[in-house]
Amino acid sequence: MPQNAPRISADTPFKKPGSASGRTLRVGLLFGVASVYLCLAGIVESWSRRWVLADVIALGQVVLIVVGVAAGYVAVIRPEPRGGLALLRGIIAGVLAAACTAALLLLGAAINIRAMFINASPTLYAILTGGHDLAPGTAGLLIVGAVCGAGGAVLALLRPRVRSIVLRGLAAVVVLSIFQDLLQVMLQGSGPAAVVRNMLFSVDGPSISGAALVCVGTWAAGAASTYWGPRWRARASAGGAADRRLGGGALTIAIGIAILLVLPVAGGPFVAQVMVLVGLYILMGLGLNLEVGFAGLLDLGFVAFFAIGAYAMALLTSLGEVGIAHWSFWAAMPVAIAVSLVAGILFGIPVLRVRGDYLAIATLGLGEIVRLLVLSDALRPWLGGSFGVLAIPKPRLDGWELSGPKQIYYLTLVASALVAYVAWRLQDSRLGRAWMAIREDEDVAQALGIDLVSTKLLAYGLGGAMGGMGGAIFAVLVGSVFPHSFSLLISINVLVLIILGGLGSLWGVVVGALVLVGLPELLREFGEYRFLVYGIVLVVMMLVRPEGLVPASALQRELHSEEAPGGTRIEVGPVPAGPEGGD
Amino acid sequence: MSLIDLVLWAFRLAVLVVVVWGTIATLIVGRYSGPQWVDFVEFGLAQGAIYAMIALGYTMVYGVLNMINFAHGEVFMGGAYTAYFVAQPLGAMGFLDRHLVAGLVFIVLVAMAASMGIALLVERVAYRPLRRAPRLIPLITAIGASFFLQYTFRSFFGAGVQSYPDIAALNGEWVFGGVHVRHTQALVLAAAVVMMLVLYAIVMRTRTGKAMRAVAEDRDAAALMGIDVDRIIVFTFALGGAMAGAAGVLYALVFKQVHFFMGFVPGIKAFTAAVLGGIGNVPGAMVGGLFLGVIESVGPALFLDGLGVPAPYQLRDVIGFTMLLIMLIFRPQGILGERLAAKRA
Repeated sequence: MPQNAPRISADTPFKKPGSASGRTLRVGLLFGVASVYLCLAGIVESWSRRWVLADVIALGQVVLIVVGVAAGYVAVIRPEPRGGLALLRGIIAGVLAAACTAALLLLGAAINIRAMFINASPTLYAILTGGHDLAPGTAGLLIVGAVCGAGGAVLALLRPRVRSIVLRGLAAVVVLSIFQDLLQVMLQGSGPAAVVRNMLFSVDGPSISGAALVCVGTWAAGAASTYWGPRWRARASAGGAADRRLGGGALTIAIGIAILLVLPVAGGPFVAQVMVLVGLYILMGLGLNLEVGFAGLLDLGFVAFFAIGAYAMALLTSLGEVGIAHWSFWAAMPVAIAVSLVAGILFGIPVLRVRGDYLAIATLGLGEIVRLLVLSDALRPWLGGSFGVLAIPKPRLDGWELSGPKQIYYLTLVASALVAYVAWRLQDSRLGRAWMAIREDEDVAQALGIDLVSTKLLAYGLGGAMGGMGGAIFAVLVGSVFPHSFSLLISINVLVLIILGGLGSLWGVVVGALVLVGLPELLREFGEYRFLVYGIVLVVMMLVRPEGLVPASALQRELHSEEAPGGTRIEVGPVPAGPEGGD
Repeated sequence: MSLIDLVLWAFRLAVLVVVVWGTIATLIVGRYSGPQWVDFVEFGLAQGAIYAMIALGYTMVYGVLNMINFAHGEVFMGGAYTAYFVAQPLGAMGFLDRHLVAGLVFIVLVAMAASMGIALLVERVAYRPLRRAPRLIPLITAIGASFFLQYTFRSFFGAGVQSYPDIAALNGEWVFGGVHVRHTQALVLAAAVVMMLVLYAIVMRTRTGKAMRAVAEDRDAAALMGIDVDRIIVFTFALGGAMAGAAGVLYALVFKQVHFFMGFVPGIKAFTAAVLGGIGNVPGAMVGGLFLGVIESVGPALFLDGLGVPAPYQLRDVIGFTMLLIMLIFRPQGILGERLAAKRA
């Protein structure tokens, strides 16, 4: 195939052989298109309401600056970052990227493009020109582009270790800005908390001194760990490393549990609410992970189980019209789980013989059928149709009502811990290994004596039960269920989070849920672009890092078998944004 | 295994009973007159022609790459949406009323170009780097690309519904002996048939079409014969994208609106149509589309009304999805037979 087709190589555009100037041009224009996209999609404007440095620079501008710096960096880093010419190339790339934005500015000034692009607003133009008139504003934009490109080139010229420290410090400032609301809430009150708060924040947002403090602090920590880290590690491995690691592990887990326990108390009801959602998505993620990650059965109709669990709980406990039993939460929970388990098996039967891509589409169809049936008038007498099921009572525990998100948070925590334990025990069990065999090769698995039918049905059943448990808690959290809460988007949401975390990886589910559910709920500005970002995450992860942020060990070995065995542990960090394709 | 077979037989039987019993009951009650049935069929044909045009993209891409281009529904949406920005001013200026054919042709060309661009972009970014990856991976990037496109259009142009201009000349209808034929539906059907014939001619008669069929038959052998496989794949995406764009405009003529999420359901329906006709089979996609359109349009009234189901039209999509499931489970090679049955994993 590709060897006969030299005209179009299968590589990313950056790897094409070509002159450095051609590359600079391409990179500059590509990043220019990216920044125009950010402007027109409304990201720049809507993120400009969050200060990174109070009254100086906002997140929307930072995003554009990052694009400019990245243009300079990418233009210089290959083929070889060297010499004064590199600086020039970086500047050219940065100016080109800014020129694309400037072109948008001039076009917007000449004709009204707002009839088409709703975000091409005067506010956007004001952000781009920095509030100046068109001519000086455009010139300023180009100068900023040049500075950004030069900055990117300098970054590329730095030694990798130094570069990583510099970037971490700057990233810490952005993180401070992103979490400012949360931090402000957590640092409420007087005493030392107030001192820290006043040091970091002014009225509008992070103060310059606070940001500088955070940045320099991160730099110092980074430098210290680079300098002393290897020595510590060497000393640790010299004397009883295994003991120490075990002790350290237990300590980490204890701290983690303590944080989880006090989080809703410290962060307030809003944080508790967000954490409940994260917990529900962890439940669903663990369930879908059984199907997709362990058994390799791509299921795009997973929301059906969530819906079935929620409806089972709702119908059994509701005090409203369609409620049938008025049971208590605790009595209804096992039934809801059992119903979802059976539903999972029934769901699995028709699609047993369908494989691969067809399976994805078939499950998608099944999920949609469930939603449409619940929504229809035909089943309204039993399921409430589009009016949903109302008046679901909160669970009671020994006379104490789990009324708010804070209390339900603990319920969710216990439930997800339980399910995570089950999933962890399943992973290396006979059943878990059978699933993985099926994932790798169905025919070989069958030849080895694995009963495909029961193994696959168990994956659907157990996965469905976990999703159903999430649905049941969701029902009591909200107090009512409506068919509109169970759209395909939830299935996609769950799929994206397990892919981001790493297919087949249990910690991956947790990390994925925190990043993809927790963050957008905490950040209004981000929440608006959530599905846009999901799409990008899916594509970029598959291209750059198909094993996920916290890869499952087996998958990690498979995808990187050519690399050094027993290599370094993968850090949980931002997705590497480099252009290097997955190869 | 016997239990599973039993369940599957029960499922088949249930569908059969609903269809037969519902049909008999509906016909006995006789709530719908003959012309009404003709109306249903007419609408179904117009709708089905649109499905068929989208299905061609699925089927051709599946033919050459053996993968489902999950983002194809968004290619369809993108074309229709972009063309809206041409159709809207043309309609406001009254150009569409004065020069109907020229105006429509122009709108269709814009939509085809936009969809083609989107299809090529998706191919370049989301599929080409993953040619040799496990099958699950391009499917996931396809889902990602699909979401990215939907929400890009949403952020660019807003979440609201945009109305296509109302064309006075198309609002009328012809009457043939009690049977009403709406101009829009006749136009949609005719345009779709013409475009599909052109496509068929391209695939069957031109050199590139021949190369495309060769790649679908055996990619490696085609490469050995000196065919530039990557170029053919690009061509396939372009051709499928152009058809989807044209389908987008036809869809907008029937439903008079565009929306960022409008590609999702027609996309799945068109995929169903492609499976119905036998995936990889170009005439099959056309037949499958028309068949699905008619079943969906006639189905709620014919099968469900007689059973006393309230508001059967809400279950239109259920009929479509059930068709999809039945096909995938019981006859994945389609009605007309899949050309590449042996190759499917």
